[in-house]
Amino acid sequence: MSVPSIQVSETPLVLYVLRRADDALILGHRLSEWCGHAPMLEEDMALSNIGLDLLGQARELYTYAAKVEGKGNDEDKFAYLRDVRQYRNLLLMELPNGDFARTMVRQFFYSAFADLYWRTMMKSSDATLAAIAAKSEKESAYHLRHSSEWIVRLGDGTEESHRRAQAAIDELWAFTGEMFAVDDSERALIDAGVAIDPAGLSSQWLKTVTGVVNEATLALPKNDWMQQGGRVGRHSEHLGHLLSELQSLQRSFPGATW
Amino acid sequence: MATPNTPLWEVFIRSRNGLAHKHCGSLHAADSTMALRAARDIYTRRGEGLSIWVVPSNAITASDPSEKGMMFEPAESKIYRHPTFYDVPEEVGHM
Repeated sequence: MSVPSIQVSETPLVLYVLRRADDALILGHRLSEWCGHAPMLEEDMALSNIGLDLLGQARELYTYAAKVEGKGNDEDKFAYLRDVRQYRNLLLMELPNGDFARTMVRQFFYSAFADLYWRTMMKSSDATLAAIAAKSEKESAYHLRHSSEWIVRLGDGTEESHRRAQAAIDELWAFTGEMFAVDDSERALIDAGVAIDPAGLSSQWLKTVTGVVNEATLALPKNDWMQQGGRVGRHSEHLGHLLSELQSLQRSFPGATW
Repeated sequence: MATPNTPLWEVFIRSRNGLAHKHCGSLHAADSTMALRAARDIYTRRGEGLSIWVVPSNAITASDPSEKGMMFEPAESKIYRHPTFYDVPEEVGHM
């Protein structure tokens, strides 16, 4: 690790865009870890496709954040040259893949949110964010459909697949609340019509999730205590390990290309 | 390889309006819905298609390779079935 981290001027809009970019990059990276390891070739391709969709979203968001910040940073610097405490993604995104059921439940919880989020963000008063939303919405809709199909088949499949899917839901549930949290810096953007209030999406999200989980003969946990911290850089131990792999090349060989 | 939980499906893609669905390969999937999803991810990554069909491979009745003499050789000697003996008038242009 020889290249120092960059400094980021986190104005409310820069921070807001970076948070969504980090969500997409970190989840996309997690999915890329399945490449060559998925239960079957077909799913290997599907997970990589979803990962690439997310990477594409991350690139557009980072590029926009760099433009808004105007300090000479770019998509690569944001991805490769920020330390773990500078990352702003949801904790849910960085959690390890675990087994296939856990990866799918994580994807399902997030895609059910992202589908609603991007569709609503198409009405953002910020033209760039509205355009990114229009592209991301189609991708997220497919991610939701894909993960929903798997939740139903895992839950209503064999005894073992049911057990694993239920265990994944129980473990990841406490990480879903962070998707709907808003802080002061976002409140101002919401009031200005640039951002949308995610709290307004929670009832529709719960309806979608409950419908699929019921069809899968699974159950949502009753507890409503929720983990938070990712949005302000307080991460689990897992993100540091992920970043050390993601960043090792650019940290060791600055500006390397091939 | 026998995969009873994920049988084989044949995939047909229509690349443009007005063209026929063409066979492009096969894949394993648990059911027709998942087969359609997998076909989208495997065979339309580069914008190859507008429409996908998936068909259970065991629904296809195939000709027997050992009968190819009887099946196909009789056609080989009937070159008059190829419309290559006609002079196409210039005005018709490319056919």
